[in-house]
Amino acid sequence: MNTQAIKELLYKMADDLLIIGHRNSEWTGLGPILEEDISFSSMAQDKIGQSQAIFQLLNDLGEQEPDTVAFMRGAAQFHNARFLELPNGEYDFSLVRHFLFDHADQLRFEALANSSYEPLAKVAKKVKGELKYHVFHANTWLVKLGQANENSHNRMQAALNQAWNYALGMFEESAHEDALITEGIFEGELALRDKWLATITPIILKAGLQIPASNEWQPIYGGRICQHTEHLSPLVEEMSEVFRYDPTAEW
Amino acid sequence: MIKSLDPRITRAEIDLENPIDPLKELDQWETYEVFHQKRRGDQHMHVGIVHAPNAEMAFIFAKEQYGRRGLSVNIWVVKTRDVYSSEYDDSDIFETVPEKQYREAGGYKVMEKINKYKKGV
Repeated sequence: MNTQAIKELLYKMADDLLIIGHRNSEWTGLGPILEEDISFSSMAQDKIGQSQAIFQLLNDLGEQEPDTVAFMRGAAQFHNARFLELPNGEYDFSLVRHFLFDHADQLRFEALANSSYEPLAKVAKKVKGELKYHVFHANTWLVKLGQANENSHNRMQAALNQAWNYALGMFEESAHEDALITEGIFEGELALRDKWLATITPIILKAGLQIPASNEWQPIYGGRICQHTEHLSPLVEEMSEVFRYDPTAEW
Repeated sequence: MIKSLDPRITRAEIDLENPIDPLKELDQWETYEVFHQKRRGDQHMHVGIVHAPNAEMAFIFAKEQYGRRGLSVNIWVVKTRDVYSSEYDDSDIFETVPEKQYREAGGYKVMEKINKYKKGV
């Protein structure tokens, strides 16, 4: 097994989940209604739990403890896609990001359930139910707001346009892509992107929304090689503030 | 100037001096009654309500509200306004004369307890 390739795959997945989990948790107490606040917060917590499971796999491969890796690194050491570090903006943008990311995440884990790297295949099977709910939640909101009235439709369309190139950036290829594919560890970012497009397109159409024209697609890469927007650093600082007061504290 | 230490207030930049108007009463989604089933074959139990614009959204809220802790296999949601309810003023219709105790279903209650014990609940 190509450990280097596996570690890189695990880092980007864990960082994606940790960063979006933290971003989404910023809505806690501010959600549009109580029921949605609880649902969205609960899913954010699921994502952080999933990231922990993957940091644990990294730990098993010789990396540091999950808490240390999650909270002691600086922004320039994170491998998450830039899409996930963007500020929440209004709820429309957060919902669209939730929709675009969670479908990619579900398809990634689905593919990994058959990975030749068994510890990851195990985690993938374990999170299946959570992801099913997350995607169901995202689809329901997207279709509802896409169709509810002119205002909600326009806002969802604007959010989708704004998110699109960042979302394409989630599928930035790794230098180890070939090794991952030939060793049967992961099917690769391009295969994943195709599946993702095929999955989300009918739902977006059902919501009465439009995917930006493909000649305007310009994926925003960089996150996988630790090049981030100015938004990640304040997020990491806030997220790790308490842990860094006393990294040795027992929780 | 935000002086609150509550991260929700600072993050949302809520102006404490000029609070926004709260929503008008009833300016919100209607309610759905939620019925939750712990195991296949058990009866669905009424557990509370959620606010939602349609049944599908009522379900996604009910799932997290009432299904995220402990056992769950199934949830029903029903519009509150579709539930026909008797009037408390009419509760005397449930009264019966004492000599008809043979019609009371006390035995079922005992069976329920025995079955639960057998199942090891």
